[in-house]
Amino acid sequence: NPYAGLVSHLRAAWLSGKTRPLEYRVAQLEALGHFLEERKQDILQATALDMGKPSFEAYFTEILLCKNELNDTLNNLSRWAKDEHVDKNLVTQLDSAFIRKDPFGVVLIISPWNYPIHLFLMPLIGAIAAGNCVVVKPSEISKNTEKLVAEMLTCYLDSDCFAVVTADVEGTTRLLENKFDYIFFTGSTSVGRIVMTAAAKHLTPVTLELGGKNPCYVSDTCDVQNVARRVVWGRFYNAGQTCIAPDYVLCSVEMQEKLMPALREAITEFYGSNPKESPDFGRIVGDKQFQRVRALLGSGRVAIGGQTDEKERYVAPTVLADVQPSDPAMQEEIFGPILPIVVVANVDEAIDFINARPRPLAIYAFSCDSKVVNQVLERTSSGGFCGNDTLMHVTLTSLPFGGIGNSGLGKYHGKFTFDTFSHHRGCLHRNMGLEAINSPRYPPYTQQKMGLLLATFEIKRKGMCTLL
Amino acid sequence: MGRMQEAVGRARAAFRSGRSRPLGFRLQQLQSLERMVREKEQEILAAIGADLRKCGHNAYSHEILGVLGELALTMEKLPAWAAPRPVQKNLLTLRDEAYICPEPLGVVLVIGAWNYPFVLVMQPLIGAIAAGNAVVVKPSEVSEHTAQLIADILPQYLDPVHVRLLFPVPETTELLTQRFDHILYTGNSAVGKIVMAAAAKHLTPVTLELGGKSPCYIDKDCDLTIACRRITWGKFMNCGQTCIAPDYILCHPSIQSQVVENIKATLQEFYGEDVKNCPDYERIVNKRHFKRIVSLLEGQKIAHGGETDEASCFIAPTILTDVSPESKVMEEEIFGPVLPILSVENVDEAIEFINGREKPLALYVFSNDKKLIKRVISETSSGGVTGNDVIMHFFLATLPFGGVGNSGMGSYHGKHSFDTFSHHRSCLIKNLKMEGMNKLRYPPSSQKKLDMAKFFLLKRFNKGRFGLIILALLGVVAAVVIKVS
Repeated sequence: NPYAGLVSHLRAAWLSGKTRPLEYRVAQLEALGHFLEERKQDILQATALDMGKPSFEAYFTEILLCKNELNDTLNNLSRWAKDEHVDKNLVTQLDSAFIRKDPFGVVLIISPWNYPIHLFLMPLIGAIAAGNCVVVKPSEISKNTEKLVAEMLTCYLDSDCFAVVTADVEGTTRLLENKFDYIFFTGSTSVGRIVMTAAAKHLTPVTLELGGKNPCYVSDTCDVQNVARRVVWGRFYNAGQTCIAPDYVLCSVEMQEKLMPALREAITEFYGSNPKESPDFGRIVGDKQFQRVRALLGSGRVAIGGQTDEKERYVAPTVLADVQPSDPAMQEEIFGPILPIVVVANVDEAIDFINARPRPLAIYAFSCDSKVVNQVLERTSSGGFCGNDTLMHVTLTSLPFGGIGNSGLGKYHGKFTFDTFSHHRGCLHRNMGLEAINSPRYPPYTQQKMGLLLATFEIKRKGMCTLL
Repeated sequence: MGRMQEAVGRARAAFRSGRSRPLGFRLQQLQSLERMVREKEQEILAAIGADLRKCGHNAYSHEILGVLGELALTMEKLPAWAAPRPVQKNLLTLRDEAYICPEPLGVVLVIGAWNYPFVLVMQPLIGAIAAGNAVVVKPSEVSEHTAQLIADILPQYLDPVHVRLLFPVPETTELLTQRFDHILYTGNSAVGKIVMAAAAKHLTPVTLELGGKSPCYIDKDCDLTIACRRITWGKFMNCGQTCIAPDYILCHPSIQSQVVENIKATLQEFYGEDVKNCPDYERIVNKRHFKRIVSLLEGQKIAHGGETDEASCFIAPTILTDVSPESKVMEEEIFGPVLPILSVENVDEAIEFINGREKPLALYVFSNDKKLIKRVISETSSGGVTGNDVIMHFFLATLPFGGVGNSGMGSYHGKHSFDTFSHHRSCLIKNLKMEGMNKLRYPPSSQKKLDMAKFFLLKRFNKGRFGLIILALLGVVAAVVIKVS
């Protein structure tokens, strides 16, 4: 077991209690802030090398959103970490009842390549804030960022309590043989199953942030130009390699007709007439992924884009029209700059289409009629939902971010990250005196004692005699 | 296999029909459940009595009382719990609707246990129904009378399509090949691992209520009479077959004999001279567990008790002293009326001892020194804690009840049940107009856009017309600036 030494080193640090004091956690979090500030250029450069990530995008997602989370956490940490006092019943009126937020111990964060800093740093912030020791395993596919994290992160954090492991699939499998006290995984559904199976051997709780095909319903009553811009923005951000990107559009055949020129206009507005030359459009991360995405182009008919360049791993912002449910583009999460449009007759058909498929990470619905948006919301199930826009629901730290069913389990962002990485321990600190109150519960049992017990324990419905 | 596939399939179809989603339906089911508990009280008490040789009083206070309380609480609070929860917005989302919508997960599987066979099925069931799910229940086959009874009466009160109790009880591993949307399992860690591994295949979230050895530290500075009475109550209720029973005692050797004397006196008080014939004292559930517990007594110093009778699965309340940490009785959860006492020099040693073992479901500490209790809590980890008493944290519905590490994951009771069985879906509803603000984020990029984005994102607002005016002004400014540049 090649990682046993590392894990036991961290566990020893954990048992020493080093990460418990709030001051320690704050110091480590502030160090993370320095990492983001001082390594800004390195991060922009590494992500540009890895997938041609436009620096505007990299700055927004890898630096800005992380800073946001960091500030939110630092501003609220002492409040979140405090014992949470709870309402008491009659019997416990004179006791102290509270929920303690205990760290779990040594936690493992496994992150993917598409937002390679953001997707490990965001959970790391919560894990540190909650008082844990952490092993970070960044993706080997975003090689340049992996190298940056492995070489530089530990310069900022206490190496007794925090470590970065670089490993391929085989190495990660060996890593998962160790016992962790929590595992946070972002990645594909199939690997999610493997991670949870490995976690089950040690009864390790997990959060799995997975994926799926996020449907985007566009109703007939909408401002077509605005819809087009918002959908294009969400779909082609990071060259489509976003877990919450609108994966495909559902709309009527008339709307498809209206949308097409609007989409074309938005793409040109954003990336110019030749997106290959735009500094604001990214590339596919690797050759294997490029081949996979390119193969999806043979679905429906190419209405916009369709050009590819294997050397650059460039796939043009593409819109496919008249895509059939049986087409390749509808069989897997696209994770590339291709937007299929599937025609449906009306909102009911769209909802049935969505419900016949695994529950996605996000569902989008566009309509000027709020009733239509609400219908889609109420009659479907997904990790999250955004009406009349794409991606934006994850930028609000007060909203939990997570999946359901095949798209994942658990949630994070803001306080939810802190809560994910803490054990909520129910504590009742009783009075040693007043033993008389306890006497009805002791044998020998009598009817009289039962009467007393009933009077003090039972919660009565409101409107009747309430003894609480 | 076919039978289970059919049962789960029907539950899923029932859920898909959407009938269990409206609050009215859920409240009506909960009201029926309450009627069932009140109308069938005698039958329920008789079934529990037959399974565990438990007297009516005990069965009522352990199992029925808690269920009625949970039902009343849930019915009262459900509208508040199920309502969408608005969240704090930032400047960028000020004009939008942002809230968390609790939604049902789908088909929930509840796997019950035999030691409190009624409440350990009912309490999760209440939460699952309240959250709007369809439910499949697998009771423990060991407590067969209770399983049979619930199988008979449940369909008389609840919609049998939405809530299905499987009887005859199927094999767990076979049942787990089906896909569920959440599994709540109460039982032991070994099977807990099997449940989670099976759930992993379907990416099903799990709540595992497992067990462990719940330590009980008695400080020299405390009222030993009261402490021992409370410990005796919690240890020997249900003949020690309680997941949160104080499993073993840690105390200074100088108070060991006093502890033993106090417990002996309390036992006398509770069960009289002839504990075997006392109606308030239960039995071990079956021969297998009887033999298991008796084997733990081998080679141990018995300070009190030790009498057994295999024919009736009777084990007298037994106290062991000078127990070695390496002995068999300290290796596994006792789950019986055997109370080992181990010596520690001080609280530091006690904490070290506890931390050297798997995280337990409950932890108990008795002391007049509040600071000492705080210290023990903060330097150890456990599912839950009661200070200066045992068991009682279970009965406060506002406290989450669950384990950590080997003792489990997730929690329930009260609102925690509702939250466990719901999906908390984040919802952001924006306006299709007001495109001016969005221009900041669209390519082509510019430093100006970046600076404005930073400003809007990092400020937080909740409400207020002042904020709205600022936003509108800034939106106009942004639109103008972008257009100009």
